[in-house]
Amino acid sequence: MAATPNKSTGGPALDVQRIRADFPILQQKVHDERPLIYLDNAATSQKPQLVIDALTTYYTQYNANVHRALHYLGEQATARYEAVRKKVADFIGAGDSGTVVFTRGTTESINLVARAWGAARLQAGDEIIVTGMEHHSNIIPWQLCCRERGARLRWVELLPDGTLDLEQYREVLNERTRLVAMTHVSNVLGTLNPVAAMAHEAHQIGACVVVDGAQSVPYLPVNVAALDVDFFAFSGHKCGGPTGAGVCWIRRERLAEMEPFMGGGEMIERVHDDDATWAEPPYKFEAGTPNIADVIALGAALEYLEGLGMEAVHTYEQALTTYALDTLAALPGVRIFGSAPERGGAVSFAVEGLHPHDLSQYVDQHGIAIRAGHLCAQPLMRRLGVPAVSRASLSYYNTTAEIDALAASIRRAQKFFGHG
Amino acid sequence: MDDLEQLYQDLILDHYKQPRHRQALTDEEVSVEADNPLCGDQLRLAVECDAGRVATIRHDGKGCAISQASASMMCETLTGRTVEEVGVAVRDFVAAMRGEREFDPSWPDEWLALQGVCKFPLRVKCATLAWHALQKALERQVE
Ligand SMILES: Cc1ncc(COP(=O)(O)O)c(C=O)c1O
Repeated sequence: MAATPNKSTGGPALDVQRIRADFPILQQKVHDERPLIYLDNAATSQKPQLVIDALTTYYTQYNANVHRALHYLGEQATARYEAVRKKVADFIGAGDSGTVVFTRGTTESINLVARAWGAARLQAGDEIIVTGMEHHSNIIPWQLCCRERGARLRWVELLPDGTLDLEQYREVLNERTRLVAMTHVSNVLGTLNPVAAMAHEAHQIGACVVVDGAQSVPYLPVNVAALDVDFFAFSGHKCGGPTGAGVCWIRRERLAEMEPFMGGGEMIERVHDDDATWAEPPYKFEAGTPNIADVIALGAALEYLEGLGMEAVHTYEQALTTYALDTLAALPGVRIFGSAPERGGAVSFAVEGLHPHDLSQYVDQHGIAIRAGHLCAQPLMRRLGVPAVSRASLSYYNTTAEIDALAASIRRAQKFFGHG
Repeated sequence: MDDLEQLYQDLILDHYKQPRHRQALTDEEVSVEADNPLCGDQLRLAVECDAGRVATIRHDGKGCAISQASASMMCETLTGRTVEEVGVAVRDFVAAMRGEREFDPSWPDEWLALQGVCKFPLRVKCATLAWHALQKALERQVE
């Protein structure tokens, strides 16, 4: 057994047992009184009590629509909703809260960029670059956009260690490239991509850069200004917030180039019979009643993370990820996908002779939640040459003991299914 | 028996470890392909009919223990039956797996062994993947 992660790295300590007490769901026993071991954090994170309380408080104390009602509740709701915009801007280093657009999550954010910027700006013959490790949500919107605009999708391939082939990136990058779409941290391989360097090269030839931050925002301190990208998307529900609230950060210069995303209330300035003018960004991109409660609770989730300190969270999670990689790789017949030197908390693996579905079903009986499947990354699965993988993905409330329990359960599964 | 043992009964594990009627198929032989988008699994069937009977069914592809065993069991229990009988069998089995009808104790042991899968709704698709594929293959042959 290793020491607790923080001790081994000398970083500021997280008191994980105290943190766990903040998460009611983790107190639960499943399948015959087994403690729940939740290792599917890349899919969605668990929620601390104060986030759940923020939802209840909203509905019990100041439920009202935002930006419309000139009454006490409406003012309360609007003020708190807008305060989260500022909080998000600070959390991701944007500074200017007018560049923060609320969406349902990463998927909607990327679709927003594809519609409001892509469909408005791209022309036949233009090229969009995506990488071989993207989640479907950073592929399909671009395929649709290419189909509509007559543009072409180009791919950045992977090296054997699961990092991007940067030389090949430079080859596909050319004067027709209008956009580079890439994930910050892979939800399958864990790879942390050199976003700032790649964005710099893209900008030099005049292309824009959209980053899928779904897996990076929960894992490490993110600063969009330092990354110097154009669009940055993430999901609140992977950062301790509720489902239904996410963010699309958009660089000021890009905001001015964009057409509306959806049409409706809130996003207009003046509506004539045949025509209309638009509200100023970010409201131009927030048609209709937003997920007010979820956005407000996202604010609580980000406050919680700030309280822990993202540096401390990152240090702890890095050490825990290293522990998981070492522990799983030491098991006979286990192969890890991706060995990037800099990485996030997703650890995908194959167990020889054992299908991921059977494995995840088996370990579930021991109260362990892992993920099995293509993980919404079929193009990556093809590149890895497998139909599906198993994945354990870690958060700051996980422990080395939980990883040991996963390893023991995998050993038992190997015996049960007659391998190893 | 706990739920997991019901799911992975000995007969299922036996078919998984030693699949019957499994063979590497050439593209020309394949009658139908089926994907399980949930897990990315792929299954291929080669179906040959002769004089109104399903003469041979062979399968290949990648999949979990349930989908592999179910394909093997399906081939084992349906080969040689008339096309009409196979159609009824597939309909009955799929309906039972979906909880739309009871399992009939007179059915082959292989089918009854798959009953445990019903407790795991997400896995029902794995158990019926081959059966849907067979149905599609037979529909195509009729056309
Ligand atoms: C890398 C990555 N991108 C995008 C998404 C999609 O996020 P959401 O479903 O919250 O829109 C996910 C999560 O499923 C992800 O891991």
